[in-house]
Amino acid sequence: MHPVVKLVVQRVALGLLLLLAASVLIFAGTMILPGDVAQSILGQSATPEALANLRAELGLNEPPVTRYFNWLFGVLQGDLGTALTNGQDIATSMGRRLSNTLFLAFWAAVVAVPLAIFLGLLSVLYRDRWPDKLISAVSLASISIPEFLIGYVLMYFVAVQLGWFSTVAMINDSMSVLEKLNAIALPVAVLTLVVLAHMMRMTRAAILNVMQSAYIETAELKGLSAFRVIFRHAFPNAIAPVVNVVMLNLAYLVVGVVVIEVVFVYPGMGQYLVDHVSKRDVPVVQACGLVFAAVYIGLNMVADIVAILANPRLRHPK
Amino acid sequence: MADPLLKVRDLKIEATAYPPGEPPQDITIVEGVSFALEKGRVLGLIGESGAGKSTIGLSAMAYGRGGVRITGGEVWVNGRDVLKLGTAGLRRLRGAEVSYVAQSAAAAFNPARKIMDQVIEATIIHGRASRQAAHARAVALFSKLSLPEPETFGDRYPHQVSGGQLQRAMTALALCPEPELVIFDEPTTALDVTTQIDVLAAIKDAIRDTGVAALYITHDLAVVAQVSDDIMVLQGGHQVEYGTAEQIINAPREDYTRALVSVRSIRHEEKQPGGDPVLEVSNVTARYKGTKFDVLHDVSVALDAGQTLAVVGESGSGKSTLARVITGLLPPAHGQIAFAGRRLSPDLAGRTRDDLREVQMIYQMADVAMNPRQTVGTIIGRPLQFYFGHRGAEKRRRVTELLEKIELGTGYIDRYPAELSGGQKQRVCIARALAAEPRMIICDEVTSALDPLVADGILKLLLDLQKIENVAYLFITHDLATVRAIADSIAVMYQGRVVRYGTKSQVLSPPFDDYTDLLLSSVPEMKLGWLEEVIAHRKMESAGH
Repeated sequence: MHPVVKLVVQRVALGLLLLLAASVLIFAGTMILPGDVAQSILGQSATPEALANLRAELGLNEPPVTRYFNWLFGVLQGDLGTALTNGQDIATSMGRRLSNTLFLAFWAAVVAVPLAIFLGLLSVLYRDRWPDKLISAVSLASISIPEFLIGYVLMYFVAVQLGWFSTVAMINDSMSVLEKLNAIALPVAVLTLVVLAHMMRMTRAAILNVMQSAYIETAELKGLSAFRVIFRHAFPNAIAPVVNVVMLNLAYLVVGVVVIEVVFVYPGMGQYLVDHVSKRDVPVVQACGLVFAAVYIGLNMVADIVAILANPRLRHPK
Repeated sequence: MADPLLKVRDLKIEATAYPPGEPPQDITIVEGVSFALEKGRVLGLIGESGAGKSTIGLSAMAYGRGGVRITGGEVWVNGRDVLKLGTAGLRRLRGAEVSYVAQSAAAAFNPARKIMDQVIEATIIHGRASRQAAHARAVALFSKLSLPEPETFGDRYPHQVSGGQLQRAMTALALCPEPELVIFDEPTTALDVTTQIDVLAAIKDAIRDTGVAALYITHDLAVVAQVSDDIMVLQGGHQVEYGTAEQIINAPREDYTRALVSVRSIRHEEKQPGGDPVLEVSNVTARYKGTKFDVLHDVSVALDAGQTLAVVGESGSGKSTLARVITGLLPPAHGQIAFAGRRLSPDLAGRTRDDLREVQMIYQMADVAMNPRQTVGTIIGRPLQFYFGHRGAEKRRRVTELLEKIELGTGYIDRYPAELSGGQKQRVCIARALAAEPRMIICDEVTSALDPLVADGILKLLLDLQKIENVAYLFITHDLATVRAIADSIAVMYQGRVVRYGTKSQVLSPPFDDYTDLLLSSVPEMKLGWLEEVIAHRKMESAGH
């Protein structure tokens, strides 16, 4: 077997194992949450008989291990359970939220990742001159300002004063893609500003590190243009660290945008999770946790695999 | 007469130094250097590190490495002063009219791109040939440089070929755009002698066949004598002597040149084995964890007290692995090691503190073998405290003694390694090894990173210390001149086996086995025409067989 195939299979297997471990942690974590689900559903005035009936109905009297495996087999068959609070199927109601979140994250990534890499390359090209300093100053300032503040500032100036986009990013199935894009323009802008600096600085640092190498001198002594030296000779050797940071930021775009969702009233996963945590709807919290873990593990696995594929020593063994 | 291809006049090159705790200051690296190079001729630039050889070479491309600035003089290439060229003009010069062969091809090739792409890149970018024509030219060059499978050689990545092949590919890279001048910057220094001779012959043929002019930079006068028409000797950024190769080698005028020509003048009377072995390695076989092949096969050597055993071989022959086995860093799969009559535990954890103390090591890279944040006094004092419990005034007194032994003087006790030269750093490492009062010191390529004159000083010191301290040396090296200078007995290693073993006079006297013969005949000699003689001799032999 080609060593790269072997390494990739190893990574995938390791990812699945990690996901299994995460599911144990999530289940155990929700088990030790204070409070009683039956109590919180029925309220303070519930009779002890009613509580006992509901516990039996929800399977809360089973031993934890049995409940974990019941839950796990359900998940493996695509059944995430039913929400305690409204009795709806979690997979169905979460599916809509998840696709909204992925939609927002996808467009933020489409804007932010190429922009960050381009700005990183530009910073290297104009290292220690004013374009480099300007790029660093602006992107570091935008990462330092709390994201809700950027959100409100943009909302005020762009949406209210200029009237370009809507302040509320409500989307639904009846909207066309263009209408949806128009609706999420502002959250995409805020998310781009938030994740840009990290990726840009990493691109800059990784390429500058590579620029110390002897083969860059070789390229310069061939009389190549500065852009060609950076893009054709330095960048291919800086892919692995850049991809790592890109994937971390993509993961953040999926699982960490609850503040932006609240600011722009966007119906995504973050709001969904927070709502159900406050209602103690344990099955929903578990399902959300599992999906987030899968996204995190999956994206980091992709970063590892890209790093393996970007290494010519592994791709083309002796 | 027409203008020469390259004319350098009164070159001055400066850099900015940042001494710790002081304001930055400008230092002069090269001053008052002038020379001319005609089409089709080769000028050798020779000197020790810091002599400014590479800096002068790169000035022909108006390139300053790492903040180095060309601040005075003129550099004329093809009738124009390249120091006055703008960015676009420089780009047209570099990689087209003048090209560069770096010292370490392994580092100078981009690991992420195929060799062919890198070899033909400059040719295409500068419009000196179409892609197809450049490709054909590269294949022809690969073939001329005796690279294997020239048609497909370029499809490989740099890590897929050997160091010697990569160095030849670098020469192809430089010659592909058909430049008028090539700068060879120590192109064979990183290679084993047996590989060096092939690369050297390939470069020489390529220069002759293409009629290109060349600047050949090296610290090895014996090498430069083989390829150059003229030689310039440099010291501390100044030209010491400039003449034809014949005059420099056969009739040097300056003292410094004479010292370079006669370097390795150390003579050392061989001691006979006295039957008092301090180290006995018996039938050792070893492999690294997780690998499937043995790095050492059935190695047996012995070393007498107060004597020197030289372990010679190319890179990858298992020399350093032998040192790792002896020190306990790599427990052997079979065989055993006896030290001063007692059997040593195969792994480090099983050895007593005295076992550790009696075997010390000195390494090739002195600067990474010392903690840069510790003073010389702390570095040398550490084993005194660890093994003998010396502290305070007593420790300092011993450190002072040791500093005198290594001829460094007590003034260095509070200095940091960064303030020392390469030779001084290696001396501190020797003092640290001696501080433990060992019976044996393993010297792993201790002079390989040093300039010849400095290396000579270190070897002399080691020999003197051996007489006083009666310490035995296991001397690992690829350099046969060093071996001749200091060894009492020699073990020649090849692919993990000892192929020849005995006293120095036995090993270095015929009849030789094939490998030792190849190794000995590959060491460049300080005479003109040596390369042709050896190549002709080898061709004759292979025709005879």
